[in-house]
Amino acid sequence: MTTTTKTTTRLDVPKTYKLFIGGAFPRSESGRVTEVRDPKGAFVANVARASRKDARDAVRAARKAQAGWASATAYNRGQVLYRVAEVLEGRKAQFVDELVRTEGLKPARAQEQVEAAIDLWVWHAGWTDKIAQVGGSANPVAGPYFNISVPEPTGVVAVVAPQQQGLLGLTSVVAPALVTGNAVVVVPAASSPLVAISLSEVLATSDLPGGVVNVLTGDPAELAPWLASHADVNALDLTGAGDLDWVELEQAAAETLKRVVRPEPGLAPETPQRILALTETKTVWHTKSRL
Amino acid sequence: MAFLDYAPAPESTSILNLRDEYRLFIGGEWVAGGGTPFASVSPSTERQIATFASADEGDVDAAVRAARTAFEQVWGPMSGRDRGKYLFRIARILQERARELAVAETVDNGKPIRETRDADVPLVAQWFFHCAGWADKLDHVGLGARPRPHGVAAQVIPWNFPLLMLAWKVAPALAAGNTVVLKPAETTPLTAMLFAEVCEQAGLPAGVVNLVTGAGETGAALVRHPGVDKVAFTGSTAVGREIAKAVAGTDKKLTLELGGKGANIVFDDAPLDQAIEGIVDGIFFNQGQVCCAGSRLLVQESVHDEVMDRLKERMATLRVGDPLDKNTDVGAINSSEQLERITRLVAQGAAEGGDVWSPACELPAEGYWFAPTVITGVEASSTVAREEIFGPVLSVLTFRTPDEAIAKANNTPYGLSAGIWSDKGSRVLAVADKLRAGVVWTNTFNKFDPASPFGGYKESGYGREGGVQGMQAYLKAGER
Amino acid sequence: MTEPSAALAPAERAVQLLGGDLSEVALRRHLQGLPAVDAVGLEARAAKLGTRSIKTSSKQAALDLIIRMIDLTTLQGADTRGKVRSLVAKALVPDVSDPATPRPAAVCVYGDMVGNAVEALGSAWSAGKDDGINVAAVATAFPAGRASLQVKLQDTRDAVDAGADEIDMVIDRGAFLEGNYGLVFDEIVQTKEACRRADGTYAHLKVILETGELVTYDNVRRASWLSILAGGDFIKTSTGKVQPAATLPVTLLMLQVVRDWERLSGERIGVKPAGGIATAKDAIKYLVTVAETCGEAWLDPHLFRFGASSLLNDVLQQRQKLSTGHYSGPDYVTID
Repeated sequence: MTTTTKTTTRLDVPKTYKLFIGGAFPRSESGRVTEVRDPKGAFVANVARASRKDARDAVRAARKAQAGWASATAYNRGQVLYRVAEVLEGRKAQFVDELVRTEGLKPARAQEQVEAAIDLWVWHAGWTDKIAQVGGSANPVAGPYFNISVPEPTGVVAVVAPQQQGLLGLTSVVAPALVTGNAVVVVPAASSPLVAISLSEVLATSDLPGGVVNVLTGDPAELAPWLASHADVNALDLTGAGDLDWVELEQAAAETLKRVVRPEPGLAPETPQRILALTETKTVWHTKSRL
Repeated sequence: MAFLDYAPAPESTSILNLRDEYRLFIGGEWVAGGGTPFASVSPSTERQIATFASADEGDVDAAVRAARTAFEQVWGPMSGRDRGKYLFRIARILQERARELAVAETVDNGKPIRETRDADVPLVAQWFFHCAGWADKLDHVGLGARPRPHGVAAQVIPWNFPLLMLAWKVAPALAAGNTVVLKPAETTPLTAMLFAEVCEQAGLPAGVVNLVTGAGETGAALVRHPGVDKVAFTGSTAVGREIAKAVAGTDKKLTLELGGKGANIVFDDAPLDQAIEGIVDGIFFNQGQVCCAGSRLLVQESVHDEVMDRLKERMATLRVGDPLDKNTDVGAINSSEQLERITRLVAQGAAEGGDVWSPACELPAEGYWFAPTVITGVEASSTVAREEIFGPVLSVLTFRTPDEAIAKANNTPYGLSAGIWSDKGSRVLAVADKLRAGVVWTNTFNKFDPASPFGGYKESGYGREGGVQGMQAYLKAGER
Repeated sequence: MTEPSAALAPAERAVQLLGGDLSEVALRRHLQGLPAVDAVGLEARAAKLGTRSIKTSSKQAALDLIIRMIDLTTLQGADTRGKVRSLVAKALVPDVSDPATPRPAAVCVYGDMVGNAVEALGSAWSAGKDDGINVAAVATAFPAGRASLQVKLQDTRDAVDAGADEIDMVIDRGAFLEGNYGLVFDEIVQTKEACRRADGTYAHLKVILETGELVTYDNVRRASWLSILAGGDFIKTSTGKVQPAATLPVTLLMLQVVRDWERLSGERIGVKPAGGIATAKDAIKYLVTVAETCGEAWLDPHLFRFGASSLLNDVLQQRQKLSTGHYSGPDYVTID
């Protein structure tokens, strides 16, 4: 920030990195923050550190938003996810800068990650109106019945995002959940909170209804147990929980029979199975007769 | 004698050729169990049918090892085409022995011969026939080319559809190339033993199917066994929860098909006569001992009285009694424990203000019996509206609008089944969309087919059985 | 609905149910407001009833009851006085080997044969009384019903005048399918009027819907209801000249209608499946369906009939099997 020009030095306007809950950007109700420093030790930001009550609020917001998101047309959901990619593309520099500052990446590596994330959003955007055809079926039952199976969103998905490659990791767990109409409460990588909140700003300006994605920066080890045991969470995605005591998390999830995605390598990313893992197959029978 | 007092029309049990004592079926051999043998009694007479070996941990270990050996040496390397041919053989033998199996199932379970003959056993054969055809087509189940079986599947099944649940478990597992160790329910082990005979007749290689009889401890030992790659369980949500905890942190794949409290929603434009039949099929099929039973009737207020009048009239024509009589509609409750549970919950329903009604019917002196029952005046908060009774007991709630019907239907931790009765197609589809249930029957109820995925949302479990989705549960993606 | 509110001929049941200002519109609204029928569910229920196993004493009782419910029928262009005499003889002595064999409820003939049937029955003719064999006549330009109303009514009056105890009329299926419910209704009302005898009593009116031409179950339910409202004493599936004729599901549906009518009015209407019921085994399925749908009260020739010709001999052979313990054959029963 040093300058050699004679003109008056312009003072930066740093960003306050808060949580993303219900489409709003609140501070943690606990008032806690985590100080983030760059690899050289310089202060970057005081990032909000979510508490169990923030997790509770996030689940509530997700539940409220989920039905509406699921009932949007697949075309509409696809356009929203594509919009995320568009907006990300326009703010690429910001994300590169944040990755450089938090993950210590060279700008070229950071740019590769951002571009991979953008492309991953595009890939998922294209799935919204196809996944039901790949994961669903028309079932030839032995009787006079129309019978069809469709994958439907499981509901509210709590996610521990991968702890590496903050933006790409976050995208790789959030986007597949959104394709079919789930709402997400995600704990992003503890090491890259900045991109998580900046991505939240992208989501907030991409016509994604408030509450569909909720981002809780903070300590995954502190937050995950509350999400794993929350009765109003339908699925627990532990992709990034490999370093936590995830067996206990899976056991806590069993209390209400949550669907569980086990830690990496778990499910292969960029596959339809990754998307379908967070769905429920609903089979509808109807009598069929010309009379 | 009134015409409706149909003369007895008992199905003969002479077709059965039962042994006095059944052992474990491990590695193609009948072996004694390490535990104390137990008896299975016929629920309609309380008479002992046979004794069955009880598998202890050592027996379970032997069974899993036999399955592992068969997986590695025989079944895994075998071509899909040949695996399929074995399954087709089994399907045919099941058809040939259908009447015998139906009689055995009725004797052991207490359900009417009309059901075992017309529903259970035909579906069993159909299930094997369906899955047989998958065995050489696994590239097309949606997991990419050359998907792989998990290995050894541990399967624990309930007593309500003993042979059918065995078919739901064994047929897809074998088609996918897994070998199995299956534990039938303690009160209904008989047809699993007959199935072992079917496997022998089919020449199925030793160790591909292993059967360990026993109580809950046997099942617990099986699902916890470290040599197991895949666990499939059908039964209560409480046990399913324990299994999910036991499997946590392992590499085992898990599918669970658990309890339910299915809403059967009757709109005012329903095809009324058919809706009444659907309500009856929904809750009195198999004495209501069905996880997907339509145990909560949600009826639109404007037709409540008429529906109830007609339903009660219809219930009065249900024939309760000897399950072997071909005219019996409602048979015996499976066990004294289950009868006690039903009795207790109905008493609680009455204590909470429900109006309990049953038609006049004479119940046999011996055996476990519960008359078809309907409880009206039930509120969403009533115990009988929330707890799975697993008996011939219908709880009736009302609603005013479609939104209220959907909200009440979904207001449960379960999510297995639901029914919709309406003549308006657009409403049917819209309501079906909003119901959080894995199977939605519209203008019908309690229909099953091997091509149709079955399984629940929420605490009714996860994974699907039947259809291409059911096959996926027994496979993993090939190497990428 | 834009058609004029034309007043229909008076019909007591309809007036009581729909009000005094009986109109085409009111009738249409009423019929269209009946609960829908789901064909799959209806057929599944019928199939299930068909699996009842009726054995020993129940079977014995059922076989005798079936005979008492038969309208022994000949409806051919080639019918002669000799053929009708032969039919009546069969009705009088169904089984020469067993004098205890019950007699059928009625003989059913074309209108011009009524006199011959009455004559052949002699003292066995019921003549409107409860003991004896009725003479039923098909009328209203049976089976097509394609004639002027005047001809249809005269057809009816002729048969009644000749002694017919029962009139089996056909509805105008064309009018029904056009949605012209008022016309169908009026014809039934006027045919009923034509059934009136000089002494003020009425020949029983059976209304044939010809369900095989109405095709859909919703149509059958509406036509059944309409026929009852217009004054029919019986509703009957078919002429026997159109396929499909009687089926178990369609009969079940019509039984549900008469059950509902009793629930509403307390009045019992009869049901007659006709055409295609040829075996005792099938007929027993109908009895089961009657008993389990409407109750035992309907197991009565006043409320349930079989329109059949070959059914009788199959029932007789089954009866012989029950008494002798071995299977009988067609040479051991007489043809008519």
